[in-house]
Amino acid sequence: MTTPELDGEERARVEEITAMLPHFEKSRGNLIPILQSIQEKHAYLSGAAMEMVAEHLSISPSEVYGVATFYNQFRFHPPGKHQFKVCLGTACHVAGGDIILENFVRKLGIKDGETTPDREYSIERVACVGCCALAPVAVIDDTVEGHIQPSRVEGIFVQFQVERERQEREKAERESGE
Amino acid sequence: MVNLIVDDKKIKVEEGKSVLQACLENSIFIPNMCFIKTREHPHASCRLCFVEIDGLDRPVTSCTEKVRQGLVVRTATPSVRRLQRMAFKLLMSAHHCQPKVCPAKDGCQLIRTAKHLEVGLNPRPLERLERDVEEEVDLIFFTYYPFRCVLCGKCVYVCRQRNGHNPLTFANRGFDTVIGFFASGDPADVPCHHCGACANVCPTGALVLKPEYTNAATTNR
Repeated sequence: MTTPELDGEERARVEEITAMLPHFEKSRGNLIPILQSIQEKHAYLSGAAMEMVAEHLSISPSEVYGVATFYNQFRFHPPGKHQFKVCLGTACHVAGGDIILENFVRKLGIKDGETTPDREYSIERVACVGCCALAPVAVIDDTVEGHIQPSRVEGIFVQFQVERERQEREKAERESGE
Repeated sequence: MVNLIVDDKKIKVEEGKSVLQACLENSIFIPNMCFIKTREHPHASCRLCFVEIDGLDRPVTSCTEKVRQGLVVRTATPSVRRLQRMAFKLLMSAHHCQPKVCPAKDGCQLIRTAKHLEVGLNPRPLERLERDVEEEVDLIFFTYYPFRCVLCGKCVYVCRQRNGHNPLTFANRGFDTVIGFFASGDPADVPCHHCGACANVCPTGALVLKPEYTNAATTNR
């Protein structure tokens, strides 16, 4: 799905990376710092970004890819509008966090670390969000959901659906009022 | 030339070779999965080629040991076998043996190793490793079967030797490690030109050149 708008976004990102790379010395040791600062800016690493880094450091793009996939800190998909972070730390794991994750995965048809094609939702697995007493925990956007039940997953989507419909209605009302 | 004694047999080999290579060239079989003789620094990742050498207090991997004059090597002592069998069971806990569909079955190093070590092809008493990876991965020119792959790294090495900007690499880590292929855009522009070296060197049939590319590969070789 490539819309002209996304292409523009992509172009802007490429330009940003082009502007950024000369600040880094061309040494292999800089690979991770470069990847980190790209991710800090864009929240993920695209294939094009990794190729640009490879060219800058004169190494093979697959080497960049190998290093980037090794570390949990790097993402390869742009984050969705709504982000689900499912905790799989020790306490949540024991309390069935993997079942919660599976519910999100099945509902959206994407794996953890991925984003739905419409860029609406993304799923991430995280290791401990610091409130183990509430296990199993999921962080929905910025809200912590404690003692989350598998059935709650469906409820969260209904909530987003209702919210979206409300916004659309308000927008329609505003437009008709003008 | 140096002389060494392997399992009471005298052999004569050129200097600079590894003990493993010396044995293999003199038809003494030592199990191995990751060894490539041209490789300067052996990977030593399969842990199958253990031998005992007089003067060393514990078994060593024969691929990392260079031959020396008067070396006395034993390839089948109980402690060597114990290490090899455990390494083999660990490999088999991640490798799903499917003899019916496996393209490597005739020359399979794992089957040969199992016979040599007198063990079965199952991982027992170890459990089968549950890995969160796909059955089959499409790598443009290849089909990759993660459950057959023992991650010996031979394909990544030969790819690096042959292609300046090698597309093959290890991806992810730990139990989820797989062989990755990083290339974007037109398959015709991929620097490897599906030379097929990686699929040829694969000891377990995990990396298979797609039928539509096999002809091109044989003429390129």
